Amino acid sequence: MSSGSYMSRRNTPLFIYAILCLAFLYVPVMFLPLFSFNDSQYIAFPIKGFTLRWYEEMWHSGPMHQALWNSIKVAAVSACLSTLLGIFAAKAFTRFRMPGSKPVIGIIMLPLVIPEIILGTSLLILVNNIGLGLSLISVTMGHMLLSVPFAVAVLISRFEGFDKSIEEASADLGENAWGTFRRITLPLVFPGVLSSFLLCFVISFDEFIIAFFLAGSEPTLPVFMYSQMRFPQRLPGVLAMGAAILMVSFIVISFAEWVRRRGSYGGQADTGL
Amino acid sequence: MASEAEAAGRTHAPTGFLPRRLNALFLRSEALRGYLLLSPTMIVMIGTMCVPIGLTIAYSFWTQDYLAMDTSFTLDNYQEAMSREIYRALLLRSLMISGTVTVLTVVIAYPMAYYVAFHVHTNKLGWIILLSIPFLTSYLLRVFAWKVILGYEGVINSGLIGLGLIEEPLAVLLYNPTSVIITLTHAWAAFAILPIFVSLEKIDRSLLEAATDLGDGPVMRFLRVTLPLSLPGVIAASLMIFIPTVGDYVTPDLVGGRDGRMIANIIQAQFGRANNWPLGASLSLIMMLAVTIISLGYILITSFLTKRIS
Repeated sequence: MSSGSYMSRRNTPLFIYAILCLAFLYVPVMFLPLFSFNDSQYIAFPIKGFTLRWYEEMWHSGPMHQALWNSIKVAAVSACLSTLLGIFAAKAFTRFRMPGSKPVIGIIMLPLVIPEIILGTSLLILVNNIGLGLSLISVTMGHMLLSVPFAVAVLISRFEGFDKSIEEASADLGENAWGTFRRITLPLVFPGVLSSFLLCFVISFDEFIIAFFLAGSEPTLPVFMYSQMRFPQRLPGVLAMGAAILMVSFIVISFAEWVRRRGSYGGQADTGL
Repeated sequence: MASEAEAAGRTHAPTGFLPRRLNALFLRSEALRGYLLLSPTMIVMIGTMCVPIGLTIAYSFWTQDYLAMDTSFTLDNYQEAMSREIYRALLLRSLMISGTVTVLTVVIAYPMAYYVAFHVHTNKLGWIILLSIPFLTSYLLRVFAWKVILGYEGVINSGLIGLGLIEEPLAVLLYNPTSVIITLTHAWAAFAILPIFVSLEKIDRSLLEAATDLGDGPVMRFLRVTLPLSLPGVIAASLMIFIPTVGDYVTPDLVGGRDGRMIANIIQAQFGRANNWPLGASLSLIMMLAVTIISLGYILITSFLTKRIS
């Protein structure tokens, strides 16, 4: 994007502000990894010494493994299904002229503007009424509801990003609808599909409020961590777990954002969700 | 719409006489095909959002008798929710806390977004990724970090004692509305930066040049061109923060203590320990109604002001 001369001038106060702002975003969270290596039961200065004891304890904790496995299962299934539903919806919105599609998009995006506690308690009432029982299945349902708007938003911008006439050319050259989708559309939107999957995975993996209401006796990792936060003697273990999660999600998110923005970030601004 | 899609689905196999005509109609109608493709997504959204919220509305008019549900219509839950002082006070406090957090995050985020949109030229993508990461890392852990920082034996207290600045730990840091506000502001700041950035980035730079050419200084240019054009982003950011924070119970539970409790803690208790789901349902609907009214009012006022300015 072209910019006038006064805009390309360096603005030092604003730069300093930006650095301070980044520090505000990052520094508080950095205390978790810092104290997870501290050789003391108490989370306080001064740092006593370096230890990997808390990580070792965490590594051998059975309930933690179970919770981690639950979270991975829920996140993988809900991310797959949300992305699939996102592909359907994005294809429909971008390739077909549908009268009245504005309110329909509105309904799909609605979970973004409803407080999560209401989604959680409402699903609790539903699950209770249809006799499904609280389980990882109900958590997966809740996480899908939360992820679909993100999947749709990511995928719509990807579907909009390429020329519809390529698909038409494929159809004119004799491919059927499925062939066109598999050989033309899917490869072109694949970065969007991948980043939608990763985004939905991360959303589900970190989600606490809905899982808290719907998990029953099968806690996901955040629900398990929350239960551990009540006991002061367990806090170092929580720190180690938290630091490990932060590290992994840092890597996954950077990768997902890189995949998504690399494709769609160009002259015009991204939707930024 | 679901039945329409089903009807379309049935005609998909081109067999028989009547179905063939329907099939032709179906292939000709773009909208029908679009909605058929959309139907799985819509069924999931309706089944996991619209139906549950409908049930919540129904529950709010019922009464719970231990484990059984008395489904005769009553307004008792709303009466109790409205008349008890504690519920009103908690709702008001939640709205106040969320409002403060919203203003703080937007004020913090705006210059940051402005910097990236107008003054970063070489590695914009890197900055955007750097700003998106915190908003996707575990919410629970970001809140927990503040419990570690502000706690009685936490980072600040032990640090200050270590430096010899104070003798006794400060108890005022944690378990009050201020600690809730600080924690929420930090947890949501990243959410505000991205929408504001997007709206700033969309501004046509030639408009700014035009303003300068016509004699506006930097301040007037900002107030008359940049700010009004970035208001959609500011509005989106405010709503993305205000709405979820009103219903947050994790932060008040971990760092709020007695004085920092919010309405969502009471709602959660009704669905948990107190086991009065109908009252919980009516409290959550009152909360949602309050949030919706405030949000709509906010949108109306800001769009009116934008029209006045431009």
